[in-house]
Amino acid sequence: MSELTLTVMRLGFLAVLWLFVIVAVQVIRSDLFGTRVTQRGSRRGGGAAAAAQQPGRQPAPPQQRQRRGAPTKLVVSEGTLTGTTVTLAGQTITLGRAHDSTIVLDDDYASSRHARIYPDRDGQWIVEDLGSTNGTYLDRTRLTTPTPIPPGAPIRIGKTVIELRK
Amino acid sequence: MSVVTNTTTIGAIEAPSRRNTELLLLAFAVVIPIFAYANVGLSIHGELPPGMLVYGLGFAVLAGIAHLVVRRFAKYADPLLLPIATLLNGLGVVLIWRLDQSERLRTLAKRSFGVFTESAPRQMMYTGLAIALFSVVLLVLKDHRVLQRFTYISMAGALVLLILPVIPGLGADVFGAKIWISVGGFSIQPGEFAKIVIAIFFAGYLMVKRDALALASRRFMGLYLPRGRDLGPILMIWAMSLLVLVFENDLGTSLLFFGMFVIMLYVATERTSWIVIGLLMSVGGATVVGMTASHVKVRVTAWLDPFACYSTSGACEQVGQSIMSFGSGGVLGTGWGQGNSDLIGFAANSDFIFSTVGEELGLTGVMAFLLLYGLIIERGVRTALAARDPFGKLFAIGLSGAFALQIFVVAGGVMGLIPLTGMTMPFLASGGSSVLANWVLIAILIRISDTARRPAPAPAPSPDSEMTQVVRPS
Repeated sequence: MSELTLTVMRLGFLAVLWLFVIVAVQVIRSDLFGTRVTQRGSRRGGGAAAAAQQPGRQPAPPQQRQRRGAPTKLVVSEGTLTGTTVTLAGQTITLGRAHDSTIVLDDDYASSRHARIYPDRDGQWIVEDLGSTNGTYLDRTRLTTPTPIPPGAPIRIGKTVIELRK
Repeated sequence: MSVVTNTTTIGAIEAPSRRNTELLLLAFAVVIPIFAYANVGLSIHGELPPGMLVYGLGFAVLAGIAHLVVRRFAKYADPLLLPIATLLNGLGVVLIWRLDQSERLRTLAKRSFGVFTESAPRQMMYTGLAIALFSVVLLVLKDHRVLQRFTYISMAGALVLLILPVIPGLGADVFGAKIWISVGGFSIQPGEFAKIVIAIFFAGYLMVKRDALALASRRFMGLYLPRGRDLGPILMIWAMSLLVLVFENDLGTSLLFFGMFVIMLYVATERTSWIVIGLLMSVGGATVVGMTASHVKVRVTAWLDPFACYSTSGACEQVGQSIMSFGSGGVLGTGWGQGNSDLIGFAANSDFIFSTVGEELGLTGVMAFLLLYGLIIERGVRTALAARDPFGKLFAIGLSGAFALQIFVVAGGVMGLIPLTGMTMPFLASGGSSVLANWVLIAILIRISDTARRPAPAPAPSPDSEMTQVVRPS
């Protein structure tokens, strides 16, 4: 065998071996970037993960001018829906186990219609308990009346915690 | 439907079964060893090896069978585990065949045993057996949670497997380490199988005890220290691995078991203190044994400075030769069949097989091999993350942790990073037990990943109708 052939085969083998490694890494790339972004309005994707739901048929209220520093999204930070975000666009958000809630909670300790979050006339977000069994907690206190949500305060419903963020 | 369309939900992509991806990779994984095989034949004998068609076809058929079994019985399994294991196994056979061609090893074998037998056909046969066992595991084990029932039986089983080599008449003392048993002419290394069996015990035990181990603790200097009585199990495993070390002269197995337990303990409890305690205990134990047991002492001397005792001690010479073979390989290696790694002597195709990779494929090849092993481990950890049941999580972590430790211990040993321990490089090294046990390990990982990636069954029809549970203040 000529020296040249052997050198070509030697380098060729290493190239092929690395090609395999690279192909294998390509296959698992979906682990890193494989998240699917579901636009609201598409049909519900089966599991509880796709629980951000249609807020019913009511037309969206006229958009108010956003106040400076007002929260723009609602984030679920604990519970089975962790990571779910809902953009706050002036609509009322209902939370509960009922199918027509904006956020359908997969949580044994939540009631069917547990709570709602809505903006008042000034654009301040208010949380109101809808007579739930286990109550809605803002920080540590159980809600009895509709209460404005201070920025960053956790709202606890059963095992689920949500926050409003900018 | 609605005017408000700016709300998004982030979720994982629904897992397709990915069996066709696996098939493509598998075809690739069969072609590479055949290419390597041709390469060795051309460089040593100047012609294509005569057994190329038979070996190549046989290997392709084995891989095909494994693929069909996975396609039929574990449809949603991870697509990478099988191809990578096949590739490593195939390259292992080629490496062994390459060392079979070495004149030095032939004369050495004739001088010491009178005969020389080729190891490659035997390794091929073991590969066939291993694929059969792989299929059987996937066929029989429909759900890995069944193994949970055998928690304590597997503890007993693992202990028996570990003790077997010390029993006189059954155990075989090969080159100082008593890790083999000989049954009817075959020598079996029970430690390889014990690794899987004991993972079942650890997973089952820790699943039940994790809360007690994680929560009942005192805080001391930033570490959560466990209660005295919770230290019991870790002390027992530590003592057991030390006993293995003392009576079987096997540093590798004892390190493997203890390390695996510490890894699983950490994963189960999320307490860093276990890692600290585990490291202290293993360093302490290893130091004491390294100072007293003569077999281990030789290894440590060979590790500290192999060239100081090069001409006086066989162990030093082996490690020295191994390091030199890595060195002479350089970045791109000498090419298949053109190295001199056979100078290592009798363990060249088992414990030291990685040195041949280092010499003939160079740093580039070594990196590729380590990455392939890394990918298997990564898929195992990924499987553990995706698994929905705690037993499956711990089991997958235990198996991939054991696999990772074994790679570290062997590769570190032959490169002179840690003292040599006499374990086998999974899938590469010559030896039936190792090949069989590692294919079983892959089969179990494939089974767990199939369960984990299988799409969840449809949710209950109406959660509205269920009662809300009431929180009772206690």
